[in-house]
Amino acid sequence: MTLDAAPRLDVDRLLDDPGTRIIVCCGAGGVGKTTTAAALGVRAAERGRKTVVLTIDPARRLAQSMGIASLDNVPRRVEGILAGGRPDGDEPDGDRSAGDGSAGEAPDGEGPDGDRTDEDGTGRGGSAGGRDRDRRPGGELHAMMLDMKRTFDEIVVAHADAERARAILENPFYQSLSAGFAGTQEYMAMEKLGQLRARDEWDLIIVDTPPSRSALDFLDAPKRLGSFLDGKFIRVLMAPAKVGGRAGMKFLNAGMSVMTGTLSKLMGGQLLRDVQTFVAAMDTMFGGFRTRADATYRLLQAPGTAFLVVAAPERDALREAAYFVERLAAEDMPLAGLVLNRVHGSGAAGLSAERALGAAETLESENLENARIVDQGDGETASRAAESLGDGAPAGDSPAAGGGPDEAAPREDEDESAGNRPDSSGNGQDGPHGQDGPARRATADRLAAGLLRLHAERMQVLGREQHNRDRFTALHPEVPVAEVSALPGDVHDLAGLRAIGERLAADGSTPGAA
Amino acid sequence: MSRLHVVSGKGGTGKTTVAAALALALAEEGRRSLLVEVEGRQGIAQLFETEALPYEERKIAVAPGGGEVFALAIDAERALLDYLQMFYKLGGAGRALKKLGAIDFATTIAPGLRDVLLTGKACEAVRRKRKDGRPVYDHVVMDAPPTGRITRFLNVNDEVAGLARIGPIHNQAQAVMRVLKSPETAVHLVTLLEEMPVQETVDGVAELRAAGLPVGGIFINMVRPEILDEEALARAGGTERAAVAGALSRAGVGGARRGGRAERLVGPLLEQAGEHVERVRLESAQRKEIAGLGLPSRELELLSGGADLAGLYRLAKDIRKQGIPEAAA
Ligand SMILES: Nc1ncnc2c1ncn2[C@@H]1O[C@H](COP(=O)(O)OP(=O)(O)OP(=O)(O)O)[C@@H](O)[C@H]1O
Ligand SMILES: Nc1ncnc2c1ncn2[C@@H]1O[C@H](COP(=O)(O)OP(=O)(O)OP(=O)(O)O)[C@@H](O)[C@H]1O
Ligand SMILES: [Mg+2]
Ligand SMILES: [Mg+2]
Repeated sequence: MTLDAAPRLDVDRLLDDPGTRIIVCCGAGGVGKTTTAAALGVRAAERGRKTVVLTIDPARRLAQSMGIASLDNVPRRVEGILAGGRPDGDEPDGDRSAGDGSAGEAPDGEGPDGDRTDEDGTGRGGSAGGRDRDRRPGGELHAMMLDMKRTFDEIVVAHADAERARAILENPFYQSLSAGFAGTQEYMAMEKLGQLRARDEWDLIIVDTPPSRSALDFLDAPKRLGSFLDGKFIRVLMAPAKVGGRAGMKFLNAGMSVMTGTLSKLMGGQLLRDVQTFVAAMDTMFGGFRTRADATYRLLQAPGTAFLVVAAPERDALREAAYFVERLAAEDMPLAGLVLNRVHGSGAAGLSAERALGAAETLESENLENARIVDQGDGETASRAAESLGDGAPAGDSPAAGGGPDEAAPREDEDESAGNRPDSSGNGQDGPHGQDGPARRATADRLAAGLLRLHAERMQVLGREQHNRDRFTALHPEVPVAEVSALPGDVHDLAGLRAIGERLAADGSTPGAA
Repeated sequence: MSRLHVVSGKGGTGKTTVAAALALALAEEGRRSLLVEVEGRQGIAQLFETEALPYEERKIAVAPGGGEVFALAIDAERALLDYLQMFYKLGGAGRALKKLGAIDFATTIAPGLRDVLLTGKACEAVRRKRKDGRPVYDHVVMDAPPTGRITRFLNVNDEVAGLARIGPIHNQAQAVMRVLKSPETAVHLVTLLEEMPVQETVDGVAELRAAGLPVGGIFINMVRPEILDEEALARAGGTERAAVAGALSRAGVGGARRGGRAERLVGPLLEQAGEHVERVRLESAQRKEIAGLGLPSRELELLSGGADLAGLYRLAKDIRKQGIPEAAA
């Protein structure tokens, strides 16, 4: 409906484009960044690209099923990636032996790369049918889980001689900074991204971002850490004379001595020595910490980088997404689109919440009545209710209450009068249950009432989600959107990731309706 | 009886909402509670639809029966400055240090220091007495950092031990620890009936217990009503489709015949029911996990209009009804 105003995000085109080298999945906490990143990784690999996914704090079961549960901070080959050209229906989810990702293995098919790009744009008919056709040989998936402390330690070891490195690693301030500073995780994710990019072993790097409440943290935190380590006060601690050489000198020295005295009084003797050791070590090692952060930041502005903003169709998440979209624009960072995750759909969207509730109430009150006066007619109620109903199109007329007279109505009426007489005959009309008594009918009524209430609840959710989506689209009509329907359970294996990948790439924007 | 209620949980599960509802619930019948936040996000002000809270306790709500809820956003920098002022009479030098980034530096480089200041302020409010010797606040509720950080946050003693072995910070940390580990404190965790938050809850409880911190209860938030159970859906299997169509038709949604509107609705409605039942099944698995913790649990409904002020009062009433969880002795 209204969402049609937003262009559709063509995920496969993004994944297939050899120019796409880095995809960053951002978004508010818990919206599905990690799931999306992993699903894109699986899809890209199965479409023939040599891909690495950098995940951050994945759910345990997901990490296990990808074989990256142990933290060793290097990418591991993921087993069970399906190469192209397999016969349809061959879905050896998960247990295909690894190491067969080589292109030569594929029996036939479209051959490596080549002229596929066209068929993507032109709506592939069915979603499920297109699966195997989508696969191409030559892809691989590697994945890793970021260990931020280890990444930090590695930087230290790589940039300092053994003795100094040990001194730093043992320093309590270093330890608390590397384990706990808000922003360390974001910085280390960027650092790792820089390292992976420098290795130049992969066609495509997909980056998950840390679970922060704000998507903006990913962009801001590294600068925070950089400017902290490069900051005024550290400069002062290191070389007061350098900063305050002029008039400020005296003041600074006064400040310093107060500070020094206060800190050692507050926290005890060894503290200041620790601070100074730490700062000195960091200073020589990361003279250009900020330069480093800036370099990684620039990588995010490079043409081969694409940001995907992930959001749930909830108010807060979409508001966050809108901020992020604006920020990316301000930073000249390329936005590929919005992934709207965990969207609900209904195969019966034509039946509005209000009508479903009304109908459920009808059944329930009748049920009560029937309990007392068994075998009392109800055809009246039914046709009365039917009068107020239009036979809505499968989707789209939801809020229009009291639907007008449309051509379907007469048929319904006919149907009612023929089919709805008291009890047994009412059922018997449609099935082999003619002889079932009122008890059976009461059961069916209760079940139907339950189904209707459930549907009403679903439609309320749909309505809220639609409203939130519309708000985003009104603010940012230019942003392409891909919708991913909510699966009933969690996503924690390759089959689940594949299913998410298919939804990401599908053109249908009304999930569940098909 | 617990007087300091610390509310943690996975990000986004409803810590702020539950903490606020709990503060309201605790303030009923003429009592007075203080709701504190420690992460500088002004979540309380947003929730209560008031302007940003200053570094000062102020009344933000009245509870049914005349009780009062006060709120305070604790700011580590301000707390440190106050602290320095109190002990060292720094005067302008304090401000100079702040300007230089020293305060920021100190609270950043030593997160443990920051935490002592934050928890210290909350503990001070718990212990504060009126002239007649009765406590100023009957209860203090803290909207705390998420599960992943809560144990480190509360275990300030260990955190600053490596940095400060003597001196007032050390003493302060010890005093704070005495309150936090006493039965006066209860640490509650908020979760949803989903795999990741529950996993985090289970891990969090284990960590808190290992650190000797008193765990209170589990708040299961945003619980959706179970409309159809598995049994009902099993009955909905193939043979009864026609009967369901008949019932839908009686309810007035259209014709029950083949191709009639009611008949066409059966498929999609049953599919939705199937998804619902699967969800209910997953949720009951999560409930079992939670039950395995052996802690009191409270269930709070998913408010269809979101957690606004009216919703907050509803949740508070519900908490009252179910009882306020205490830490096991
Ligand atoms: N479309 C979906 N349908 C059903 N469940 C989903 C879907 N997408 C994600 N999930 C589930 O939601 C949970 C959160 O997803 P995920 O871990 O990807 O979010 P995140 O944004 O990475 O969270 P965090 O901010 O904590 O890192 C997971 O349990 C995942 O399995
Ligand atoms: N019982 C509820 N019913 C409906 N919505 C709720 C409920 N509890 C919380 N919410 C909503 O969920 C969102 C998250 O809640 P809240 O801000 O309290 O979580 P939080 O754990 O404090 O998040 P954060 O980790 O960001 O601090 C808010 O939009 C809130 O209004
Ligand atoms: Mg994640
Ligand atoms: Mg909060």
